[in-house]
Order: sequence, then structure tokens, then C-alpha cells
Amino acid sequence: MKLWLLILAAIALSFVSLFIGAIDISLSDLVNGHTDKVEIFLISRLPRLLAIILAGAGMSIAGLIMQSLSRNKFVSPTTAGTLDAAKLGILISIFLFTDAGYMQKIVFSFAFALAGTLLFMQILDRIKFKDVIFVPLIGIMYGNILSSITTFFAYEADILQNIQSWLMGSFMLIMSGRYELLYVSVPAVILAYLYANKFTVAGMGEDFAKNLGLSYKWVLNTGLVIIAVISTTVVLTVGVIPFLGLIVPNIVSLYLGDNLRKTIPHTAVLGVVFLLICDILGRIIIHPYEIPVNVTVAVIGSAIFLTMLFRGRAYAKK
Amino acid sequence: MRRNRNRLLLLAALSIVCVLCYAFYDIKGGFDYAFPRRMMRIAAMVLTGIAISYATVVFQTITHNRILTPNIMGLDSMYQVVQTLIYFFAGSASIWVVNKYLNFTVAVAAMMLFAMLLYRLLFRADKFPIFLMLLIGMVIGTLLGNLVTFLQVLIDPVEYLSLQNRLFGNFMSVKKELMYISTVILAIAFLYGFKIMDKLDVMSLGRENAINLGINYDRMVMNVLMLASVLIATSTALVGPITFFGLIVANLSYQYIYTYKHSVLILGASLFSIIALVGGQFLVEHVFELNTTLSVIINFIGGIYFIYLILKESRAAQ
Repeated sequence: MKLWLLILAAIALSFVSLFIGAIDISLSDLVNGHTDKVEIFLISRLPRLLAIILAGAGMSIAGLIMQSLSRNKFVSPTTAGTLDAAKLGILISIFLFTDAGYMQKIVFSFAFALAGTLLFMQILDRIKFKDVIFVPLIGIMYGNILSSITTFFAYEADILQNIQSWLMGSFMLIMSGRYELLYVSVPAVILAYLYANKFTVAGMGEDFAKNLGLSYKWVLNTGLVIIAVISTTVVLTVGVIPFLGLIVPNIVSLYLGDNLRKTIPHTAVLGVVFLLICDILGRIIIHPYEIPVNVTVAVIGSAIFLTMLFRGRAYAKK
Repeated sequence: MRRNRNRLLLLAALSIVCVLCYAFYDIKGGFDYAFPRRMMRIAAMVLTGIAISYATVVFQTITHNRILTPNIMGLDSMYQVVQTLIYFFAGSASIWVVNKYLNFTVAVAAMMLFAMLLYRLLFRADKFPIFLMLLIGMVIGTLLGNLVTFLQVLIDPVEYLSLQNRLFGNFMSVKKELMYISTVILAIAFLYGFKIMDKLDVMSLGRENAINLGINYDRMVMNVLMLASVLIATSTALVGPITFFGLIVANLSYQYIYTYKHSVLILGASLFSIIALVGGQFLVEHVFELNTTLSVIINFIGGIYFIYLILKESRAAQ
């Protein structure tokens, strides 16, 4: 697949995304300066599109880096507890400070996402039997344990339904003023691109990387920070989007291989395309209402993941 | 053998202490009011404890592993899906909830149906390794979880509180009428289960040996799996899901008691489960005075134990 084809698809889908919604807005309305419609366009539609682009590209790249560093095709923020740790961090910040502001939530969520991912990498280090299937299995369980802590506190405080509704991945509530945090992930993504070659080498194993003169620990930690930054910003603004960081990098690596310098642009654009498709579907199916994006992503994503599991075991072992 | 006997006696003594503590500790005011209610809860805990222990041990013998349990394989998520669907589409005042028998029957039927589909897949387990099966189960679980979350967020908060009681295993609100039916169903199942206990010992030798020794292996496997699902489905419909409970008690029993005999193993697991449930409920209610249900805590402890087991298994596999 060519990159420009993907970009073309992304641009076309972006247009569709801008002009779908409960209120009909056409290009001529914007040109004619129809005040109400221009306002809706600027306050709701455009921010939504930007949020989708940032979240889609960010989560896919986070997944790609994770897979490279853990040397396992099935590790991603969903299957390594990163998102669950970020969730737990938000909950704890709410418990500690009765009027938790944005800053506190960001700091706690980031710290937990980082610590949670680091802990998972430590567990991975301990086990010798690094089967492609086995590692994500532990990761999902690890995420479930973190979630059960969240559930425990939420149940005590009777805010279970509340918590679920904030953290459900959805672009419904995105408006200008509510998504700008996502821009924090832009430097992280740029850093990921600058470090691409180093991640590729680190993905060949610690000994090999050191032999080539790479400071393995430094690269590893940089990668973890990038993953935590992206995950935190996405969880806080959009919510949890499952499987995205898992399947997009895998599809790209199927046709492009594992050289990160080459695959990062493809992964980012394909992530945007995938998320746009899922979001548009969610908006069309029960128009004028919406299905949150986490549901459409979960349905499509789990189908793709199961196919990969059944068909691609041979591929994943490579 | 003597060591086993002493250990079982110790467990029995401990479980009696737990039961007595729970039955008589700090009864204030109306003894006539509190005592029968406490006895009802104890009966529910003992009954479900034994049912889950039996089902887990025989299921693990049949599938030749010590990590998978029917609960983890998705029976519990199925229960949550059914209850959420009922609350979402019919509401808590509808006949599907108000009529306890109907609700019970629907839940049991749905879980049995799911179990049958699952076992058809499991029977190809010789083709696919057990970890892959587990991962597939969890991916399906993530998918169902996302769908259910979406519906739960839309449910009216008051209705949700009522649903929440059903989503987590809960001994505080066991229905008297359901106790009677469940006791009858479980008694019949136990009667059959008791009859085939010796055959199970032979079946743990593996398929070829068992057939050589005159067991109709494939038919027995089907019977035992159905028996296990009846036990799990009934106990889950009675008190709600306690996902990791069977895993903990079965494995404690394997580690603590040295025998291949199912009668002894199941007795050990049952005693462990009475101690864990009645003792745990005592701690939650009287010592920590928590809001939370016991099952949230059991899931947390069970999840950690699960990771420990999986890590141990992976070392052994080398």
C-alpha cells in the first residue's frame, strides 16, 4: 500500500466526518456564512475531527513502540494494563482531592500509566517463556487486576456508573475547550519519529542493541514515557479505546515489515483512517443518535484480532 | 494419607469456626430476626462454595490444566450480558426481573447455551494450545464488556443500582425462593457427580489409558462438562458471578492436599471455599465494615493468584 493512498483516504474520510451529524451542514452554508452553522462547525465538528486524528495516530504509534520494545506483536496499551493504570490514576486523584482539577488528574493518570507499564515490562523481564500468545494473556489479566482495584473504590463510593461513563471511549462530548490536552501528544509523536531507528534497534534485543552502542535503558525509558504521555492524554479526553494500538501496527507490519522509521508514518495515518471509519459508522448506524466509538472499535477490532490469532500465528512468530 | 486426614480435619474445624462466628457474632436486638437470615446466607455460601469447587476441579481434570475455569472462559460475562440486556430493554419493574423464577431460568438457559457453544470450540483444543483458547475467551470478554458498558451507561442511575447488585456476586440479598430451586437442581447434580467420582480418577490418567481401562471417554467428557456448567450456571444465577473463586480454591486444594482422588480433592476445595466465603463475608461485614461485596475482593486476590499461577506454569513449561 502506498502512503499517499492512505493519506488520500484519510482526507476523504475527514470530509465525511466534518459533514455528518444531527444538524445538516453543507459546504455552501459555510461559504455563505450561515452564523449558527458556522459556529457548530467550529465549536463541535472541527474539534471532533482534530481529536480523532490526534487520538488515532497517537494510540497506534504507542502500540507500535510497545510492540517493538517488548518484542511481541500482541502487546499494546490495551493488552498491557496501560489504559487500566491510567484509569486507576484518575480515580485516585479524584479520591485524594475532592475538587480534583485537570492538572491533578493529568499528573496522577500519567504517573500511574507510566508506573503500570513499567511494572508490566518488569514482569515480562522475569518470565523466560515469552510466547506470543502468553504475554498478552498476562497483560490482559494484569489490566483486569488494576481494574478491580478501580471497581473496589468506585463501588465503595457508589460512583461505578459515573466512572464507566467518563472513561468510555467516545467523541460525542468533544468540543473546543475540551480536547486541547491531546496536543500534548504531538511532541511525543515527533519524539517517537526521531527515535524510530533507536526503537528498531532496541527491538532486536538488549544485548544486540548494546553491541551496536545503544544506551538500551535510556531508549526503553524514553519509549515508556512516550507511551504513557499518549495514553494519558487520550484516556483523559476521549476515554478508553480498545484494540486500536494492537491491530493498526500489526496490519502495517504485515505489508511493510518492522523498520520503525518506515512504518511510523503508515501506522499513524492508518490509525486515523481506522478510527475515522469507526466513528463515522457509530454516527450513521442510529442517526441522529450515536454509538460511542469504543463499541464500534471493539466490534471491528476484536474481529480483526481474532482473525489474526487464528490465521496469523505463524506470522506473529517471525 | 494420615497427613491428608489431619489437614482435612484442620480445614473442617476452621470452617466450622467461621460458620459459628458468622452465625452468632454480635447479634443485637431481635435474635429471631437476624438468625434465620444469617443462616440463609450461610446456606447459600456453603451451597455455592461446594458447587463451584466441584465444577472447577472436574473441569480442570477434563481439560488437563489448572488455570482454566468455566467462569474465566466467559460464563460470567454471559451472565452479566443477559442481566444488562434485561435491565436495558425491559427495566427493573418488568416481569423479567420481578418474576424471580423467570429471571433465574433465562440466566441459566443463556449460560448453558453459551457453555455448549464454547465446548464445541474447546473440543478442537488438541489443535489449539490452551493459552490461545484462553486469550480468545478474553478477547470475547473485552468485546462483551465494551458492549455491556455502553448499555450500562445509558441505563437510568436508579435502575443501575439495582442492576449493580446483580453484576457482582452478592450473598446479602439471596432470594429464598431461588434457594429452594437451586438446592434441588444442585442436589440432583451432586448425586450424579458423586456417582462418577471414581471414573474421574481414571480419566485423569489421560484419554488413551482411560479408554484402555474401560471408560467411554468421549461421552464421559461431554457429561462432565455439562455437569460442570449446570453447577456454575445455577450458582451464578443464585448469587451472581465470582469469577476467580473456583480457581483459587481448586489450586489451594491441589497444593495443600497430596492425592489424585477427586473425592478428597473436591472435599478439600469445598472446605477452602467455605472458609473463604463465610470467613471473608464475616471480615467484610463485621471487621472492615465495607460497602463492597466480597466478590470484588475475591476477584482482586484471585487475579493476583492467577498471574502467579500462570508465571509458575510458564517456568514449568520450559
